[in-house]
Amino acid sequence: MAALRRYARNPAALLGAALLLLVIAVALTAPLLFPKDPLGLAGRPLQWPFANPKVWLGTDASGRDIAAQVFHGARVSLLIGLVATVIAIAIGIAVGAVAGFYGGIVDDVLMRITEAFQTLPNFLLLLVLVAVFGSDITTVTVAIGLVSWPAPARLTRAEFLTLRNREFVQACRVLGMGDARIIAREILPNALPPVIVYASVVMAVAILLESALAFLNLSDPNVASWGNLIGAGRGVLRTQWYVSAIPGVAILVTVLAVSLVGQGLNDALNPRLRGPAPVKAASGAAA
Amino acid sequence: MTILLLALRRLAASLPTLFVILAGLFLLLQLAPGDTVDALMAQMGGGDPATADELRRYYGLDLPAAAQLGRYLWRLVQLDLGQSAIYGKPVATVIAERLPVTLLLMGASLTLAFLGGTFLGVLAARRIGQWPDTLISTLGLMFYATPSFWFGLMGIVLFAIHLGWLPAGGFEEVGAGYTGLAHVLDVARHLVLPTLTLALVFLATYLRIMRASMLEVMSLDYVRTARAKGLGETGVIVRHALRNALLPMVTLVGLQAGTMLGGSVVVESVFALPGLGRLAYESVVQRDLNTLLGIVFVSALLVITVNFLVDLIYGRLDPRIAAGR
Amino acid sequence: MSDLLAIEHLSVRLPPGADRSHALSDVSLTLAANEILCVVGESGSGKSVLANTVMRLLPPGVRPDGGAVLFRGRDLVGASEAEMRRLRGAKIGMIFQEPMTALNPLRRAGDQIAETFRIHTKLGARAIRDKTLALLDEVRMPDPAAALRAYPHELSGGQRQRVMIAMALALEPALLIADEPTTALDVTTQGRILALIREIQARRGMGVLFITHDFGVVAEIADRVAVMQAGRLVEEGPAEAVLDRPQAPYTRALIGAVPPLLPRAPRPGTEAAPILTVAGVSKTYRKGGGLLAGLLPGRARVTHAVRDVSLSLPRGTTLGIVGESGSGKSTLARCIVRLLDPETGTIRLGDTDLASLSRRAMRAEARRVQMVFQDPFASLNPRRRAGELVAQGPMLHGVSRADAMAKARELFGLVGLDPAAMDRLPHEFSGGQRQRIGLARALALEPELLVADEPVSALDVSVQAQVLALLDRLRDRLGLSMLFITHDLRVAGQICDRIAVMKDGQVVEAGPTAEVFSAPQAAYTRALLDAVPGRAWIPGRPEMPVV
Repeated sequence: MAALRRYARNPAALLGAALLLLVIAVALTAPLLFPKDPLGLAGRPLQWPFANPKVWLGTDASGRDIAAQVFHGARVSLLIGLVATVIAIAIGIAVGAVAGFYGGIVDDVLMRITEAFQTLPNFLLLLVLVAVFGSDITTVTVAIGLVSWPAPARLTRAEFLTLRNREFVQACRVLGMGDARIIAREILPNALPPVIVYASVVMAVAILLESALAFLNLSDPNVASWGNLIGAGRGVLRTQWYVSAIPGVAILVTVLAVSLVGQGLNDALNPRLRGPAPVKAASGAAA
Repeated sequence: MTILLLALRRLAASLPTLFVILAGLFLLLQLAPGDTVDALMAQMGGGDPATADELRRYYGLDLPAAAQLGRYLWRLVQLDLGQSAIYGKPVATVIAERLPVTLLLMGASLTLAFLGGTFLGVLAARRIGQWPDTLISTLGLMFYATPSFWFGLMGIVLFAIHLGWLPAGGFEEVGAGYTGLAHVLDVARHLVLPTLTLALVFLATYLRIMRASMLEVMSLDYVRTARAKGLGETGVIVRHALRNALLPMVTLVGLQAGTMLGGSVVVESVFALPGLGRLAYESVVQRDLNTLLGIVFVSALLVITVNFLVDLIYGRLDPRIAAGR
Repeated sequence: MSDLLAIEHLSVRLPPGADRSHALSDVSLTLAANEILCVVGESGSGKSVLANTVMRLLPPGVRPDGGAVLFRGRDLVGASEAEMRRLRGAKIGMIFQEPMTALNPLRRAGDQIAETFRIHTKLGARAIRDKTLALLDEVRMPDPAAALRAYPHELSGGQRQRVMIAMALALEPALLIADEPTTALDVTTQGRILALIREIQARRGMGVLFITHDFGVVAEIADRVAVMQAGRLVEEGPAEAVLDRPQAPYTRALIGAVPPLLPRAPRPGTEAAPILTVAGVSKTYRKGGGLLAGLLPGRARVTHAVRDVSLSLPRGTTLGIVGESGSGKSTLARCIVRLLDPETGTIRLGDTDLASLSRRAMRAEARRVQMVFQDPFASLNPRRRAGELVAQGPMLHGVSRADAMAKARELFGLVGLDPAAMDRLPHEFSGGQRQRIGLARALALEPELLVADEPVSALDVSVQAQVLALLDRLRDRLGLSMLFITHDLRVAGQICDRIAVMKDGQVVEAGPTAEVFSAPQAAYTRALLDAVPGRAWIPGRPEMPVV
């Protein structure tokens, strides 16, 4: 396909795809390379990286293997990012499609709700949800999805608003097509590409939100999360700064990979726009 | 005047939803395991159930949820946010003490991110495809992908621990007793790293938006008209493109006000700043739900205020607004 | 060296990946001071590139790679950017097509005109203000003092184009380049702007390079004409010679495709009983408002798009609804197919009142009335294959996929498309072919009534002629009744048996086309007919009688 060829010609997008594949590979090989519990004792605490070949990225203040935590952390980050994104995009599309297609009172009510959610700082809302429902990994993932839907909803709505007045949609009405079918079969496929591209932004933000929550010790303490490790490294920041530094690089690489792929998709799907910016209704990162 | 009216109209429209949210959140917090009294008792190192019951009666926690909600909303209308169990003071007082730090941090970060983002975005758009664009866009992406708390920690390692140029945390030198200008400079020194940390991700977003917006505006018909008049490139940018390209940026500031407030929770925790964000974190950890709810309320008010100002600025920038588009 | 502008063997390269290597190939033209040269061509002929090359305002990647553009003997192709800036606005003025987007929306009109003075002169603020006011007066702005302070969105399309003209003329340039300056305007406004350009040109003795696709405009304004096709100059000469005695086959074909401003010969059977009777239909739009509209001082504005319209369409004939933008003609069409719900009135198709049907009931009646849309690019879902688009209608109404596809194949042949192209996507077709797909889609349901909303206005004139001929043929062959919405009286004359003229939501005149054309009753109809550019010129039919 032409879009695929355009994507392959874009070096930044290819770099993003390579990085993303690397992160996925890391996540997939984690149980093979580090079959033991990554949160278990692996050796003397606070060994520097490359000092001991058995724990080549060193150990943290509790003597846990940093490499094992980084590898297993990739699983957690990708999983949370993916699931939260699916939740946010699904709600966003549903709300945005209905609001944009019907307009009027329905649109007014739905957009008021969306605005209300955007009025609450999303990280604060996340704190409230975690405070109420606890911080096991499922809750955290669902909570992140729940605070991330307004931006995709606005984007979907904007697409529907322009598409619903297009003549091809009017033509379908004139043919006698019902609303549900017009929404799902005629408009949605045309509205989807920018929303898919925007999903990369949602995913990047979701990964950052989880890491920030974990850093504050408010995420699930029983899983190896990069944010947890950075938080744990704070106590020894003065001397053993590598404990916090290494997982930070892992987050950076992952978020960078997701963003580059998103931007590459955007450029490939909208060849006439040279700018990046799938961020029209952006909520950015809280972390 | 029309602009002010329109902005006021939008302001008025946002209030009912605010109350709906707060009611929702209040009910949500009823689901939370443990209440303020549990937290209080835990802090006192335990106590007998009779004391707990008495405290519950005192705080009105023995009433049914609906009655509590009614009382809560009624108090909100009077701007009474209730008592903070942990701090032993009215929530409003606690928040008022913490608010200035957060406002200062947000104001400084927003200014930095907006001005920096605008400047870099314009620069990148002007040099599209050349090395300044590549450099700026790459840096922007890196900033965007960096978790701010990690950036803050690394800043502390480099600038506070290794170089010793800047303080590692806090709002001011405790016990130094600075006054006047010396105090201002001391606070400013303490805020350099937090401001940079909070601003960076927004700077990255703004520069991307500004670059895209600038590219789009520069391809529009009226820019060609300006060129056909014999205007030079600088004139075209300053007199015609910039103001138009700034419109989406202004909208974005409003949309992201809440996100920025959320970001300050993390940044204030990293740098031990006594602000609203850190208070939110503390109240989650210590289960001071009354305070948490108060913070959410004040944050929402703050976001609404920012959006009100954004509406006014937008209206001034774009004469079409007054005409109702 | 008496030529104001001499274009010599000019070639302009397109970036790699474009549909051809050169936008212009070896074009030579001259323009004397005090004459209007019309460069005319269909889309893709390179006429706009020519204008922008003179101004050196080409998009990135598009560059001259041979030849010269001599302005008063000085070659502009090699001139420095600084020199070009001194010429632009001062010695060479330019007007663009889109008055809606050519002005900066955030700055006052007066300020934008005054900028030309500020760039090129050292005049003081007072003097600039006086000169700007005088200019606005010269371009016949209704209230110059108010226009000075107005923002573009507060002006009408015609007024904005006047501001553009004032801006281009501010420093009395020797050369004015006008790139389709009236294409986006209504016909009456177009007439006034053309007269204005002609008048100022004569008074100031300017040379005008006028780019257009419309031979009517050429007949109205040109001293000389240059015809372009695919980046090459096909024919050039005095206006009368080219218009009445075209030499090149391409020019002849092009001119032959322009419909004359004459009513079609009356057809038999146009007095049949009506199939469609519209009575007392009104539709209003409300703007603003929303959830809290009732609570706060209202800004909700009410526009009466269609007001108490009554019409009837005899079976087997074509009724043209003619009007300018904002006349309500498209709203009326959308009410009839129930894309919009009219507030009052009845729309009788046979024995059924479409206006009173519920949404659901209307869906079932959909097959009886179908619509063809204006925009060949927006009216087809870009993700559906052509055959599927045509088969969709019958399938919705219970026909099996195989039968529907067979029917689509048949229809492809009927509208002049290759049935082998059925599994292509819309973007693989040209504009005219897409309109044929749209037509096939509408015909697939075998409707009694076809509503066509400006079906040819987005097409080049040669394609337009083909589509009009096809519509005519199909009407006869299938016994269709047609409601034909158009802004173009030439097109209306070509295809409509009867015409209804609309203005501000009301029908001001209705009757057989020949009567409306020869003896218009309403003052507005007369104004509309008078404003048609080149109305006196009868293309390619020197023997035609006078109306």
